[in-house]
Amino acid sequence: MNTKSNKILLELNQAGVFRSDKWIVRDVSFTLSEGEILTIIGPNGSGKSTTAKMALGILKPDMGSITLHTNKIAYVPQKLEINWTLPLRVIDFMMLTKKIKLEEINNALEMTGVASLIHKNLDNLSGGELQRVLLARAIVNKPQLLILDEPVQGVDFNGEIALYNLINNISSELNCGTILISHDLHFVMSSTNNVICLNGHICCSGSPKTIIQSKEFIDLFGEKASQTLSPYEHDHDHSH
Amino acid sequence: MTLLDDFFIRALIVGIGIALIAGPFGCFVVWRRLSYFGETLSHSSLLGVTLGYIFSINISITVFLVSITVAIMLLYLLEKTELPSDSLLGLLSHASLSLGLLVVGYLSFIRFDIMGLLFGDILAVNKIDVLVIWTIGPLILLVFYGIWQYLLAGTVNRDIAASENMKPKRYDIIFIILLSGIIAISIKMIGILLITGLLIIPAALARNLSTNPIQMLFIASMAGVISIVIGLYTSLGLNTSSGPSILVAASLLFIISLLPITKRIFVGRIK
Repeated sequence: MNTKSNKILLELNQAGVFRSDKWIVRDVSFTLSEGEILTIIGPNGSGKSTTAKMALGILKPDMGSITLHTNKIAYVPQKLEINWTLPLRVIDFMMLTKKIKLEEINNALEMTGVASLIHKNLDNLSGGELQRVLLARAIVNKPQLLILDEPVQGVDFNGEIALYNLINNISSELNCGTILISHDLHFVMSSTNNVICLNGHICCSGSPKTIIQSKEFIDLFGEKASQTLSPYEHDHDHSH
Repeated sequence: MTLLDDFFIRALIVGIGIALIAGPFGCFVVWRRLSYFGETLSHSSLLGVTLGYIFSINISITVFLVSITVAIMLLYLLEKTELPSDSLLGLLSHASLSLGLLVVGYLSFIRFDIMGLLFGDILAVNKIDVLVIWTIGPLILLVFYGIWQYLLAGTVNRDIAASENMKPKRYDIIFIILLSGIIAISIKMIGILLITGLLIIPAALARNLSTNPIQMLFIASMAGVISIVIGLYTSLGLNTSSGPSILVAASLLFIISLLPITKRIFVGRIK
C-alpha cells in the first residue's frame, strides 16, 4: 500500500464534540497525510459529519485537539440548501471562495461531467448534477486537504462509480489528503487506504481488508455486509 | 449652494443616496432572510431617537448606537439560549419599541412629531443630513465592495465559507454594523416603520429580473432610486407622507417586475 513518507496534513488527538448534555462523538484520533484517502463509515447519527466539521475547523472540539498543517482546504458539504431568493449560476458558485480563471472552471466541470451546465442557475439542477458541481467547485481550488461528506448522494449508479474513480484520480493527481464520508461500503473496500468505523467513537480502524474481518465491523454492519463485500472487491477488478 | 436651499432638492439628493446603499444591503437582507431583523433594528431606533432628544445629540448617532447594541444582544442571546431566532427578534423588537414609546411619553416638554418619525418627513431633511448621507453613504458602499464576496460565500453555505477561510462570523458582524448605520441615516426620510420596506421591496423586485447576484445588487439600487424619485414627487404633489409614498411607488414597480414582458426584457437580454 501507500508507504511513502508524505507530509502530515491533519492530526486529531482524542477530539470530541459535546452538545446538549451528551457527546456526539468523542476520543477520535487519526492522522491524514498527503495522497492518502481516509474513509469514515458508520450508521446515521454516529458523528461522521461532526467529525468532518471538527477536522475543518467549523466546530471547535470540546475535548482533545486538532492540528491542521495546511490552509488549502476544500469542503463538499452533505447538502447544499438552494436559496430561491438568490440567483446563482454554476459559474458564480465555482468562484464562491476564490477568483478563478474561466479555463480552470471549465476543466473542473469537465472532469465531473457537467461542463455544459456552466451558465445554468443552481436551482435548475437535479440532485445529481448539483452534487457534481459541488465536487467540481471543491477540486477547482486545488486543495491540499479535501473533505467530502457523502459526495455521491443522488448520483445514478454509473455516475457514482465514475465519481468515485474521479475522487481517486484527484487525490493522486493533486497529492492531496482526502477524507471521505460514505455510506457506500463497496467503494470503501476498493479504493481507500484507511477506514475508520465510527459510532460515537472509533469502533475500529485500519486497512479495508483487516476491517471487514474485525468483530466490531460485523457487529455494526452485520454479518451480511462483511460477506457481500469481499466478492464485490473481486468483481470490481474485472469491470471495465 | 442655493440648490440645497430648496427642501425638495435636498430630499431628492438624500433619498437617492439612501436608495443606492439600501439596494445591495436589501439584497443581503432578502438572501439571508433577515427582514425581521431589519424590522427589529428599526423598531429599536425609536429608543435611539428619544435618547438623541434627551441628550441633544444628533439622532443618527444615538440610533446607530442603540441599533448596534440590540444587534449584539441578539447575537449573544442566539448563542446563549435555545430560543429560535424569530422569538428572540420578537422579544428584542417589541421590548425596545415599548421602551422607546415609554420614553416618548416622558418627553412631553419637547415638541415631538411622532408621525414624522414613524413615516418619514421630507421637510425635516436639512443640509447636515445631505452631508451625512453623502459622506457616510459612499464609505458604507466602499466597505461593502470590500466584503461582499465574503458575505456572499457565507450566505450560500456557511460551512463552506467557514472551512475555506471566508470567516463568516467576522463578516456577519461587520454587515450588522453597516446595516445599523444605514437604518440610522435613513430614519428622517423613510421613518421607523418603513425602513425595512425600502431594503426589501427593491431587492425582491430585483430578484424577479436577475440571473446572478451582481445583477441583482445593481437592479435593486436602481429600483430604489426610481421609487424615491416617484415617491417624493407624489409626496410633494399630493401632500402625502414621504415614507409611504416611496414604498407605494416601490410596490408598484414590484408588480411591474412580475409582468412577463418586463422579465423578458431584463432576463432575455442577458442571455
